[in-house]
Amino acid sequence: MTANEAMVRAEQVNKVFGGDGADRVEALRDIDLTIDTGEFVSLIGPSGCGKSTLLRLIGDLLTPSGGRLTVNGKPPHQARLDRDYGMVFQHATLLDWRTVSRNVELPLEILDIPAERRHVRAAEMLELVQLGSFGEHYPWQLSGGMQQRVAIARALTFQPSLLLMDEPFGALDEMTRELMQQEVLRIWRETQTTVVFVTHSIPEAVFLSNRVVVMSARPGRISEIVDIPLPHPRNENTRESSDYYEKITEVREALRRENGAAA
Amino acid sequence: MQEAAAQPSLMTRARPAIAVTVIVVVLAGLWELYKLVGQTTGGTWPFTSLGLPVRPDNITMPHVWDMIGELFVPARRGGELLIVILLKGALFTMREALLGFVIGGVVGFGLGVLFVRSTLAERSFMPYVVASQTVPIIAIAPMVVIWGSRLDWPPWISVSIISAYLTFFPVTINTLRGLRSPDPTALELMRSYAATPRDVLWKVQVPAALPYIFTALKVSATASIIGAIVGELPAGFADGLGRSLLVFSQQFATRSAKLYGTVIFTALVGIVFVGLVTLAEHRFVDASRRDTA
Repeated sequence: MTANEAMVRAEQVNKVFGGDGADRVEALRDIDLTIDTGEFVSLIGPSGCGKSTLLRLIGDLLTPSGGRLTVNGKPPHQARLDRDYGMVFQHATLLDWRTVSRNVELPLEILDIPAERRHVRAAEMLELVQLGSFGEHYPWQLSGGMQQRVAIARALTFQPSLLLMDEPFGALDEMTRELMQQEVLRIWRETQTTVVFVTHSIPEAVFLSNRVVVMSARPGRISEIVDIPLPHPRNENTRESSDYYEKITEVREALRRENGAAA
Repeated sequence: MQEAAAQPSLMTRARPAIAVTVIVVVLAGLWELYKLVGQTTGGTWPFTSLGLPVRPDNITMPHVWDMIGELFVPARRGGELLIVILLKGALFTMREALLGFVIGGVVGFGLGVLFVRSTLAERSFMPYVVASQTVPIIAIAPMVVIWGSRLDWPPWISVSIISAYLTFFPVTINTLRGLRSPDPTALELMRSYAATPRDVLWKVQVPAALPYIFTALKVSATASIIGAIVGELPAGFADGLGRSLLVFSQQFATRSAKLYGTVIFTALVGIVFVGLVTLAEHRFVDASRRDTA
């Protein structure tokens, strides 16, 4: 894998649910999108715009109805078998009978990594998400934000080349959310993992991303891609800068142009 | 508070035993009170001429101490003490029931796994599984005994098969439900790791199903004893609790305390079984995930 090779390349990708009858839903139409290695890209749009569907197509949880989609130069199915994906969903979905540490080790167990190396790796990952001393806790003993950190540690533990995040902070309160955004940016810089991030929060998308992919509904399609050239590292000062506000406005207007009539 | 949680005091640990003892004493007291009142009024409710639902005489309702006393009297003239017969019978029946419980548990779990893996298998076999449970065990038991007699195994194993027949069904239903209980995103995560179906089963589905399975095993533990007792009758075993129950029910009109003693003993066997399952549950399922039975 060379640095300038595309991590995700979608050409004319379509997704249709249901048959030919009344239950037919055109979820995505003619998606063209290239995501470079090391990028942080957000997908944003109203409900029903297919942003989660697109993420799931990339992650091989769904299969496209048409078009060409490659991840790391391979079909998504192959990329999944090669363990190219780390996934984080809105709910942490930790296994409540396993300790935090054993939750993080779960993917490594499936990869048949010896126990010794699993423990070391899990400890490293918990350090990375700043939960180093919580390995022996059970998920129910942690707050929502901490659980989501564990989920991120678990997703990164086997060093996937692509991190797919589906509204991972949607269930968190605003303060925790801003904290987690900064954490994710730090982890992204430290691990240099490519991230595709689904959200419906405009400030979140702008704060995190190199590029924001603005989508619209019925049928789901990409209406605009907004570059976010804000400098890194981004922090509390970034949130108060005028460049940040300008970008938020730009994304908001893009959303309104495409979806305003319906709203 | 934390220390108390780490090491429960003797008082805390003894509390369930105290509660059980109190309940037993209260029930025995009510029993004797009913007899006393009934015998005083001549079999009617106090101050009325309405008859009591159960006659309070010493055959229909023997004294509690007579039930206990009967245990230490030979069941037949010159024979063994009743309690010795019952203890031997209980051990005999427990062996049949235990094997039946294990067979039923394994078969029940296996069917649950098969059904969760294959909708086709579930659709094909589930109706027969349900139908099997509507056929009375009294009809099945003689057939199994007769089939078993043609095979070269000890007859008590036939009784275990009958017991297993009563045991597997709750386990199948609850295993199936438990295996389906994980959050769909947990399964998607496993898919994203390219986990094998075996990993999904043993690392996500089975651990998630354990609380459900243990609930079923408690039901099955008592059912396995009923199955063993019923199975002993057509098998013609003289050694188990089944024969004792049959014989002593025929002697009810003269020495009813023997039947009561046997019934109480049978119930104790069931309690022991459920207790063992609960111990296993405490070993394998976290406190936060098990139901408190």
